[in-house]
Amino acid sequence: MKKELGIFVLLILLCVITSIINPNFLLAINLQNIGRQIGAFGIFSIGLGLVIITGGIELSVGSMMGLLGVLLSMMLTEWHVGIVVALIACVAIAMLLDLGHGLLITRLNMQPFIVTLCGLLFYRGVARFVSNDETKGFGTAAGLDFLRFLANGNPFGIPMPFLLLIVISLITWVVLHRSVYGRYLFATGRNPEAARYAGINTKGIITLTYVICGALTAISGIIFAFYTNSVSPANHGNAYELYGIAAAVLGGCSLRGGEGSVVGIVIGTALLQVLRNLVNLLDIPSSLDFAVMGAVILVGVMADQIFTERRNRRQIALMREMSAREAQSQSS
Amino acid sequence: MNNAPLLEMEGISKRFPGVVALDQVDLTVGEGEVVALIGENGAGKSTLMRILGGATARDGGTIKINGAPVEINSPRDAASYRIEFIHQELSVLDNLDVAANIFLRREPTFGGPLKLIDRRRIYKEADVLVRKLGLDISSRTTLNRLSIAQQQLVEIARALSAGARIIIMDEPTSSLTLTETRRLLDIVHDLKSQNVSVIYISHRLHEVEEIADRAVVLRDGKNAGVLQRSEINRERMVRMMVGRDLKDFFTGAPEGVYATPDGEGFAVRRLRTLRYPKHTISFSIGRGEVLGFAGLVGAGRSEMARAIFGVEKAHEAEVGLDGKTLRITGPRDAISHGIYLIPEDRRQCGLIVDFNVRENISLPNLDAYSSAKIINRAKETKAALDACKAINIKTPTPEMRAANLSGGNQQKVVLARWLSFAPKLLIFDEPTRGIDVGAKAEIYQLIRNLAANGVSVIVISSEMEEVLGISDRIAVMHEGRLTGILNRSQFSEEAVMRLATGTEG
Repeated sequence: MKKELGIFVLLILLCVITSIINPNFLLAINLQNIGRQIGAFGIFSIGLGLVIITGGIELSVGSMMGLLGVLLSMMLTEWHVGIVVALIACVAIAMLLDLGHGLLITRLNMQPFIVTLCGLLFYRGVARFVSNDETKGFGTAAGLDFLRFLANGNPFGIPMPFLLLIVISLITWVVLHRSVYGRYLFATGRNPEAARYAGINTKGIITLTYVICGALTAISGIIFAFYTNSVSPANHGNAYELYGIAAAVLGGCSLRGGEGSVVGIVIGTALLQVLRNLVNLLDIPSSLDFAVMGAVILVGVMADQIFTERRNRRQIALMREMSAREAQSQSS
Repeated sequence: MNNAPLLEMEGISKRFPGVVALDQVDLTVGEGEVVALIGENGAGKSTLMRILGGATARDGGTIKINGAPVEINSPRDAASYRIEFIHQELSVLDNLDVAANIFLRREPTFGGPLKLIDRRRIYKEADVLVRKLGLDISSRTTLNRLSIAQQQLVEIARALSAGARIIIMDEPTSSLTLTETRRLLDIVHDLKSQNVSVIYISHRLHEVEEIADRAVVLRDGKNAGVLQRSEINRERMVRMMVGRDLKDFFTGAPEGVYATPDGEGFAVRRLRTLRYPKHTISFSIGRGEVLGFAGLVGAGRSEMARAIFGVEKAHEAEVGLDGKTLRITGPRDAISHGIYLIPEDRRQCGLIVDFNVRENISLPNLDAYSSAKIINRAKETKAALDACKAINIKTPTPEMRAANLSGGNQQKVVLARWLSFAPKLLIFDEPTRGIDVGAKAEIYQLIRNLAANGVSVIVISSEMEEVLGISDRIAVMHEGRLTGILNRSQFSEEAVMRLATGTEG
C-alpha cells in the first residue's frame, strides 16, 4: 500500500499545481474528459499489468485494439451483425488471440517479447488488409446508442468508461490481491521454479493471465472505437501498449515479474492522462508531450526503487536486532 | 630474502548476524606447501577462504604476506598478491571459449587505445597451458561443451597464467569421478614442485592423507588443531573435526524396529532418470522409516528425487503405495498423494525468497485457507504463526521476507509448508546444507519425529555423519546405479564409501 501512496501523492500534487496555474483544469468538461481517458486506458492497462506480473509482456494490445475496432465497425455497419453477437465476437477474438500468445509462451517456451511483438506487427497488418486500408467508422448509424453511451455517456456526470474501470478494478483487485489465483500469479512471476515445486500449475496460470488481458483489451477496444467513432486501421490504438506498460511500471509493477498492484496501475494510468492534459493546459509545446511523460516515469520508478531498498534494509535491521537480543538472553 | 612464511593469517574473526563464523583463527602457509583446511560443514573454512580471497570483509585479525601486513578488500586485491581462488561452484563463463576464460580481465591487447584482443597470442598461450595440465582440447572450445572436471582445469589454468603463488581449492573433487580426482591430485603435486602453495579444502579425508603437508582443522569457527604430515591419518582428523560425541546429535531408531515391509509403505520401481537412462532404480521404504541416500555428488540421487516428485521428467518411473501404483505426472499429483520434496536448492526451488514467511508457508495449501478461492488472511496468518511456533522458526513476524531469514530458518519454512498437509513420504535433498549446528540438530529431531509418526522419509545427504546418524537404512548410489542398501548393523563409513565409489556391488 505504501508503494501506491507515493505515486498517489505525486498525482494529487500535479493536479493541484495544474489547477493553480490554469483553473480550467477543474472545469467539469475537462475533468470528464480526463476521466473518460483514464477509464479507457485503465481497463487494458490492468490486463497488461497482470501479464507484467507473470514476468511477461504484451506488446500487441494497441494493434489488437486497431483490429478489433476495424472488425467491430465492419460487423455493425457493413455486415449487419447483431450488436450482442458483434460484442461477443470482439471479446472472443481477443481472448483467443491471447490464448495463442499464452500457449506459444508456455508450451513452446518462446519469449513473450517476441511472441507479442510479432502480434503487434501481424494484427496491424490484418487490420489494414481487411479494411482495404480505408478508415471505418460508425457515423450516425442507428441502433448503436447503447454502445455510444458506453463510451461517451456521463451518468450522474461521471464518464461511463471511468465507471467501468472502477467496477473492473474492484473485481481484478479481489482476484489479484485476495484470491488463490492472485497469489499463484505472484508466486509464478517471482520464481516459476519454486512455484512449480510448490505444486502450482505455472503454465496454466500464465496462459490464463494472457487470456484475461485479451478480454480487458477487447473492452477497452470497444470503448475506444466508439469514443473516436472512426477507426483508421493504420493508426487506431498505435503505441497504446506503451501507455499500458508505463502505467503499470509507474504503479509499481516490476518487469522482472512478481510485483505490482491494481491500485498502482490505476493511479499510474491516471497520472499519465493528467500529464497529457497538463501539457495541453500549461501551454507546454505539445511536441514535448512524450518527453514530459518519459521524465516523470523515470523519476517515479527511481523513487520507488529507492524506497524499496530502504524498506528492505529496515527489515534486515529488525532481523539483526532480534538475533542480537537472543544472543544477549543466551549469554545472561 | 626474509624467512617469514609466504602467508600468515592471525586472529581472524568474523561475525554474521546471530553467528560467530570465525573466532581468532590462525593459518600459516609456506612456499610450495599443500595445506589442507578441514572441518565439518559450517566450521568456517569457506568463510576464512573468502576473507583471504577478498570476497568477505573480516572483523578482526591480520593477514601477512612474506611477513608484511596487507589489506585484502576485494578479489582484485587478492589477485595482486597472487592469490587465486578455485571455487566449489565453478565461476567460469561457459558461453566463452577456453582462452577467453583463462585470460579474462588480463587480455593481452594491441592497437593502443582500441584495446583489440591479441587473439593469436591468447590462443597460443592458452593451448600451451591447457596441454600442460593434461587437457586434450583446443583452447577455442566453448566451456559449456566441457565436463565439470575439464572446466575446473580451465580455472586452474587461469590461476596459473595469472602467476598464482597461492591457489585456494574449495572442495575441488566434489563433482569429479575417481579418475578425474586422481588427475587433480597429480596436478596439485605438480603445483607444489613449481613452488606454488595450495590451500586445499576437502571433506574427502583420504585425499588429504595423500597430498597434504599439513592439515589445519577448524571446528565451530575456531582452530581445533594442526596435524603435521607424519601425523595425518583419518582417525585423528575425524576426532579433531568432530570434537564432540556424535551420539548426542542423532537419535536413530533402535535396532530392528523397522524391518523392511514389502506390502506397506512406498515402493519405487524401475525408475530411469534422464541423466542415467541406462540404470533402473528400485527400492521400498516402510512407514516410519528413514531411508538415507548416500553417494558422491552427481550420483543421480537428486535426479531420482525430482523424478519421484514429478518435477522432472523421467524415462520411466513407477511409485507405489501399499501395493497400488500411483499416477504422477507432475508435482501436483505427487502432492495429492502426500509425497513432498524439500529440494536441495533452497533459495531457487524451495522458497520464493521475496515472499514473506506467511505466504511461503501457505503457498501449496492455499485452498485450505480460502473459501470460494478467496484467501482468508486471518486463517492464513494463524497457520503461519502456529507453524513458526511448532517448529521454532525464528522470525519477529510472519510478514518477514524469507530472504532475510538464516538458512536453517528458511529450511524450516519449506518444511512447515508440507507439515500442514499430513505428509506420507517426505524427501529431503541435502536438508542441512549451509545450516548452522544448532538448527541442524533441530532438523534431525524433526525428521525423527516425522518418522515416529509413521511418515516415510528419504534423506539424501553427502555428509557421512549425517547419513549414518539419521538413517534406519542407507541406500548408496554410484553414477546412476543403486549399488547397495545397508541395514543398520552394516553401517560404517567404509562400507558406504566402498559402495559410493563403485568399488563393490
